[in-house]
Amino acid sequence: MKYKSLIINNPEELMFGIAPKPVKTRRGLEIGGGQVYAELNFTLPVMSINDNTLNQVYAHYREIAEGALERALHLNSKGVVLEFETLLEMTKTPSIGVEIVKIMNGICEDYYQKFGLKSEIRLTPNDLREFERPAKQRSSQFLEPLFELFEQGMIAGGDLLSIESTGGKEVSDEALMMCDVKGMVFALAVLGVRDMQFLWEKIVSVANKHGKIAAGDSACGFANTAMVLAEKKYIPKVFATIVRVISVVRSIVAMEQGAVGPDKDCGYEGPFLKAITGIPISMEGKTAACAHLSPLGNIASACADLWSNESVQNIKLLSGMAPTAYLEQLEYDARLMNEALRAGKMHCQVLQQLLVASDVYTDPQALILSPENVIRISKELVKGDSYVANARNGALAALDIIEEALRSGRMKLPELETGYLPILRDDLNTIPDNESEFIAMMLPLIDQSKFIPAEYGL
Amino acid sequence: MEELLEKLLEAVEFGKVDKKSPYPPQLRDMDGAHELTIRAIETGIKPQKILEEALIPAMERVGKKFAECKIFVPQMLMSARAMGSSMFQLKPYFASGAIKTKGTFIIGTVKGDLHDIGKNLVSMMVEGGGWSIVDLGVDVGADKFVEALKNNPGAVIGLSALLTTTMVNMGEIVANIREQAPETKILIGGAPVNDDFCQKIGADFYAPDPQKAVEYLNRIAS
Ligand code: B12
Repeated sequence: MKYKSLIINNPEELMFGIAPKPVKTRRGLEIGGGQVYAELNFTLPVMSINDNTLNQVYAHYREIAEGALERALHLNSKGVVLEFETLLEMTKTPSIGVEIVKIMNGICEDYYQKFGLKSEIRLTPNDLREFERPAKQRSSQFLEPLFELFEQGMIAGGDLLSIESTGGKEVSDEALMMCDVKGMVFALAVLGVRDMQFLWEKIVSVANKHGKIAAGDSACGFANTAMVLAEKKYIPKVFATIVRVISVVRSIVAMEQGAVGPDKDCGYEGPFLKAITGIPISMEGKTAACAHLSPLGNIASACADLWSNESVQNIKLLSGMAPTAYLEQLEYDARLMNEALRAGKMHCQVLQQLLVASDVYTDPQALILSPENVIRISKELVKGDSYVANARNGALAALDIIEEALRSGRMKLPELETGYLPILRDDLNTIPDNESEFIAMMLPLIDQSKFIPAEYGL
Repeated sequence: MEELLEKLLEAVEFGKVDKKSPYPPQLRDMDGAHELTIRAIETGIKPQKILEEALIPAMERVGKKFAECKIFVPQMLMSARAMGSSMFQLKPYFASGAIKTKGTFIIGTVKGDLHDIGKNLVSMMVEGGGWSIVDLGVDVGADKFVEALKNNPGAVIGLSALLTTTMVNMGEIVANIREQAPETKILIGGAPVNDDFCQKIGADFYAPDPQKAVEYLNRIAS
């Protein structure tokens, strides 16, 4: 791993709105430069996407962007990011995705020219490679439309580039269900890392070619899947917590390849990335409840630079369209954080402490996101020589933190949960430092019909 | 004889696949579902009895514990694996017609959609409930469902969708199936769908979780 030390060593400096390496955008947002902005995520209501409905599809995105920016203007917003997460058809036929970016970018530009409202589009194509099983991560025919959408979408006005890439998911899906922590380390720190290297080198190079911003990835398919499963009580929360920490060594590869942030909203590994690399991050918490539930509603915002929701359908609520309503909620949260930032360090700390304290001991997944714990775990995540060793060390530190919180009586977990702690620790302790040794140990244990080693350069 | 079935029930309930399996710790070095099934067959216990008095009740207990949040999915999966190793031994009797499952359940995630964790859980629980499973995987169009139904006449169909833009494909699949075999029972599930939608597209039942799906299937099987 390229990173050997942290950019932020002091928990007090891991603060919302402030990142050591802020990102400046075309229309003047300074993400991580002393302000928190809203990042709105939205999606289509129940409908098909085909030739007959395309005009309706475009009309929805126009309505979403106009509604959000109009509301932002009315609320004196300092700036907004619109995240366009594409759906299958929009990536398979890139011209559809590109047209939607064009429409929304036109609206952003209009509000900028007329009213000085700053906004940008984050373009997040969905990872089409998954449609082939086992996925051909490197030789897939789907890489072509995917990168065409990236490139043409950038030219059309998508300035921040992200993806929820899925390399390693073939192995992680089963490992998650079996609470197989070694399987997760293999999926994320071996396969995930390799695929991220492959993918992000390309994304960064197209972004640089067009002067756009390679922002970052999210371990959504791994760690958020774990979180959602834990919320349903299907797998232990302590396991989902460990998976989150392991996912850091995978998501950080985007930065190693040259991505500069803001990292993607659904990557709750963002705070670790911010501490280690200094990039700004987007986060979502209570505001994501429209799409999935989570145990970290407030604490997620503790060091967010963009404050986001999750896909909300463009349906009508009593107040107005749902994305407009969500923009308003995000904007008020951002306003509160910005007021603290305006008032100074002490106010920021008080607000942050409240955001942290209200969640931290209610769930182990929240526990590891307190700035102190983020720094403590991050130090372990960079001290080894391999991604595998770093993943293991970080996970062990998280286990220590969970056990300390239990011992002190501040956190309570049922026996069904605590019973997993020694199992996870024993399992983690069998993971060697050396990556090749780990690969040799894991390959015979993994169902090789599910993934193609050569597609990961193995 | 009864004792053997009792042991098999326990092995499946606690996920003991075979003797060498280290899981669960409390049954270490004891016979697992694999060995106990072989012995039961050798002893002359009827395969149908093995299924009905050991395997299905074991999985019912597992399903109940899961519904009450007393166990997590991995424990349930180990039970499913133990049941699988037992079913493997019983396979010849299924083929010869000496034992029958409650029916066949064809399940898949609909066209355009790749979300399959929920679908996999449903399929596992339904199998545990004593049904044969045909899992068509993800991104499955109407033609594949219709074909699978042709190969398994009378099967119940399960459709899963997680996206607002793919749930609409359920409607087309239901219409196609109705054309081929109007009386087919169709079950739907997934985060964006609900009862209203189920009625709108003419499916038979919406289940929010696997337990409800199993209950419904058991109702229509009896
Ligand atoms: C995990 C997840 C993923 C994982 C999937 C991993 C996998 N192997 O399935 C990954 C990361 C790969 C993924 C990809 C995408 N996802 Co996704 N994903 C989710 C998430 C967070 C949880 C889904 C899940 O696994 N839940 C846990 C399981 C156990 O629950 P379940 O699926 O609901 O199933 C239960 C019940 O519904 C029921 N059930 C389910 N099926 C059936 C069937 C029958 C017959 C019955 C009876 C019952 C039943 O029983 C199950 C067990 O209890 C949801 C959020 C949500 N609200 O669901 C988003 C979500 C569905 N995804 C979303 C999106 C946008 C996507 C992507 C387009 C993202 C992108 N830009 O890359 C791609 C789409 C890929 C595709 N074409 O399908 C959006 C949907 C927006 C919309 N328009 O509808 C959501 C809501 C999240 C969001 N972004 O806001 N996703």
